Amino acid sequence: MLIFDLSQPGRRNLSQAPRAAAEPDPDAIPADFLRQSRPVLPEVSELDAVRHYTNLSRKNYSIDTQFYPLGSCTMKYNPRACNYLAMLPQFLARHPSAPSDTGQGFLACMYELQEMLKDVTGMAGVSLAPMAGAQGEFAGVAMIRAYHSARGDNARTEILVPNAAHGTNPASAVMCGYTAREIHTDSEGNVDLAALRAVVGPHTAGLMLTNPSTLGVFERAIMEIREIVHAAGGLLYYDGANLNAILGKVKPGDMGFDVIHMNLHKTFSTPHGGGGPGAGPVGVATRLLPYLPLPVVVQKDDAYRLQDEQDLPHSIGRLSAHAGNAGVLLRAYIYAKLLGREGMQRVAEFATLNANYLMIQLKRAGYTLAFPARRASHEFIITLKDLKDKTGVTAMDVAKRLLDKGFHAPTTYFPLLVPECLLIEPTETESRQTLDAFVQAMKEILAEAHHSPDVLKSAPHTTPVRRLDDVKAARELNLTWKPAA
Amino acid sequence: MPFIPHTKEDIDAMLAVIGVASIDELFDEIPPALRSAGLKHVPSGMNEMEITRLMHERAERDGRRLNFIGAGAYEHHIPAAVWQIATRGEFYSAYTPYQAEASQGTLQLLYEYQSMMASLTAMDVANASLYDGASALAEAVLMAVRLHKTSRRVLMPATIHPAYRKVVHALVRDQNIELVTVPYCARRGHTIPNALESYQGGDYAALVVPQPNFFGVLEPVDELTAWAKANGMLVVAVVNPVSLALLQPPGVWAGGGADIVVGEGQPLGVPLASGGPYFGFMACRKAHVRQMPGRIVGATVDRDGKPGYTLTLQAREQHIRRSKATSNICTNQGLAVTAATIYMALVGADGLADVARASHANACRLAQALAKLPGVSRAFSGPVFHEFVVQLTEPVESVLRSLKAQGILGGFALTRDYPELGDALLVCATETKCDDDLMRYADGLQRILGSCVVAASSALQSSTI
Repeated sequence: MLIFDLSQPGRRNLSQAPRAAAEPDPDAIPADFLRQSRPVLPEVSELDAVRHYTNLSRKNYSIDTQFYPLGSCTMKYNPRACNYLAMLPQFLARHPSAPSDTGQGFLACMYELQEMLKDVTGMAGVSLAPMAGAQGEFAGVAMIRAYHSARGDNARTEILVPNAAHGTNPASAVMCGYTAREIHTDSEGNVDLAALRAVVGPHTAGLMLTNPSTLGVFERAIMEIREIVHAAGGLLYYDGANLNAILGKVKPGDMGFDVIHMNLHKTFSTPHGGGGPGAGPVGVATRLLPYLPLPVVVQKDDAYRLQDEQDLPHSIGRLSAHAGNAGVLLRAYIYAKLLGREGMQRVAEFATLNANYLMIQLKRAGYTLAFPARRASHEFIITLKDLKDKTGVTAMDVAKRLLDKGFHAPTTYFPLLVPECLLIEPTETESRQTLDAFVQAMKEILAEAHHSPDVLKSAPHTTPVRRLDDVKAARELNLTWKPAA
Repeated sequence: MPFIPHTKEDIDAMLAVIGVASIDELFDEIPPALRSAGLKHVPSGMNEMEITRLMHERAERDGRRLNFIGAGAYEHHIPAAVWQIATRGEFYSAYTPYQAEASQGTLQLLYEYQSMMASLTAMDVANASLYDGASALAEAVLMAVRLHKTSRRVLMPATIHPAYRKVVHALVRDQNIELVTVPYCARRGHTIPNALESYQGGDYAALVVPQPNFFGVLEPVDELTAWAKANGMLVVAVVNPVSLALLQPPGVWAGGGADIVVGEGQPLGVPLASGGPYFGFMACRKAHVRQMPGRIVGATVDRDGKPGYTLTLQAREQHIRRSKATSNICTNQGLAVTAATIYMALVGADGLADVARASHANACRLAQALAKLPGVSRAFSGPVFHEFVVQLTEPVESVLRSLKAQGILGGFALTRDYPELGDALLVCATETKCDDDLMRYADGLQRILGSCVVAASSALQSSTI
């Protein structure tokens, strides 16, 4: 049932309507500007709308209702205090163009967040401007480009990206006018140093690296990688997608990275909101400070303000009309304050403990680890290639069956280089009891794969809909509801 | 431990299973030289009571003022139900609906949202959101260049939001795209169709058309669209979604309509909140949908033939196409879109038109009242939606400071972005302003300008006759 199906011509919510003006409009809009056709929006009561969207929400799996071990996404508990306090009426009411002296409370939070992020990343400067991880990547690569071109070093046309990287990495490099070249990964999950040495050179603008990588392991040769890239004149970019694994333990700045983006909706627990909003602040080493995206918050004489083009004339510019996803940043600030320095280190410790525990338990249950000789970071990969060869059951079948068992599925088929893979990230906020229940479900599924594979191939059975026809969705495009003619 | 449930027994049992003596041993693959010396600038943690006190203090310090600033972010009434439902954990703490069977709530809501936005803009299809209005315009410029195939130059009127023009520049400049500024009519405050003739034959991929424009003035969209089409360009519309309840939607401009429509979705139920999170919307022709960036939801059926919804056309996106994707966007603004969908359902087409009409009426009444004050004049004669520009005989920054001292945020100073307009101020009044609010502004401004030939409140009253 769509909201449009509930619509009744003429039904209104008059309590939501503005009071009609007592007098006619003094300056009516000329007729040729006026709309002739009425837009098709629902005509429902407030109760209809509240009931409809409340019921729709119940068709979602979410962290608040299910264990959500979605690898690479860090689906940890989003503390309710962060939402409640970020939505205090004064914060919500403040206009983005209001003078800075009307927002000192808000700006103090932003400044302190910036300073904390500088510390945890070990970078010289941070801008909170990017609105998501991918925009942070864009900003980071654009700063690399600005740096090279300020030096007249215009032969650098290539960004190197491991083939295990998120798809955003090569896509961001291209948006900055670079070509993306992929580097091979060895059988232990590390960047292939020989392959790297073979391709770096005067055309290398930089290398984008996720560490721990998307394969769930720490890049042990990071110092050699740094040497190779820096010796060739390239810069080192840290994709902070997996910062949760090393928060407070290792600083990307200490690993020699020149620029980093963080995903606050992962590491700093702001809500994923059904797809966003996120926030992707960037941190830089000293040599990239002049290029930070606007605005940056500064403090002088106990007053805070946002810097603009006059303060940072070499900035790569603005990424949003105002100051980025301010409300997301406020939630991240509150979360950081609740954790404090001790709490941040515990994040990495318990995310890592949970991942390694779950990895060992799944191995004992009969699953195949993609990198059995390695420690898990905060996530790890199992590969179901053997299972598929024996039973025909795929990683997707296992993922769908997990939905029946009351768990959200892990990330499937990413990274692309591990066949039939599940990327599993339990996060630090889940208890041992939850992890054990998940292991029990995975044991049952493995038994089903051998005894009754059709149950898996036809899963899920208990969700609001069963497996959907994606081919039909793409071939017979139906992207909008239209009233019957 | 904050947000970590492990008991001492849990930790010991888990370490035993793994076969290590301590949690620290789990980090043994990290070169010891890299281990952090600790966090010096992160303070110790607070409990919830302490952070609650701190945040209340900071919120109270910021306070609230009577706001007449618009300039791309607009204060509208937001029904209580909007965010109470949007922040239900099932929406708030879910992720991107990649597992469709476990995400039908989000997916169906997005399908409803796409339908509402397509109807509001009178376009065929809409995506599931981009970051904000400005970055959505940058994506539209990139999309128009891809569609046009031969030209990489785009015409950008000077009446487009200055921050939007800066954002577009920042986001497209490394892709060898040229943005050419089109001047505006100093008297009427909109783009001059005749002035476009100097661009004739210049090989441009697209003309961007804002409606209303940054000055709040209505652009001659039919003439601009017709000219662009006659010259082989695409038309990219930048529109305010609330205004679309009253104004001709871009899908019908000049008959054939715009090709790509973008805008800032914030006016649809999203609070001002110091600038975000908002959301950008984008709609286009069905023929162009494969060049559209961002997530798109489609209707389909499940294996039992039951209707359902799923992310579709994913081969456009970075997680499949990598360096050849239409955009690098991954995370979008889902929760803000959730709020906007609930908002549109609660107000409906008539309610949205009422909001638009009341906003327009309030802006016009305030404009008339202010224009009667000595030392204030209207900058432009073109018709407006809910914002207008006045020119002052006193320095605009000091006038704004004085208004602020009275608890009034008087508008957005144009001196920096449009120095040719002198001491000019962009003022907005939406449906949230009552007669007393408008009078307070007019009286306050009159006091500041230091003249009392006509009482401002009587100026307001006479304007409403």
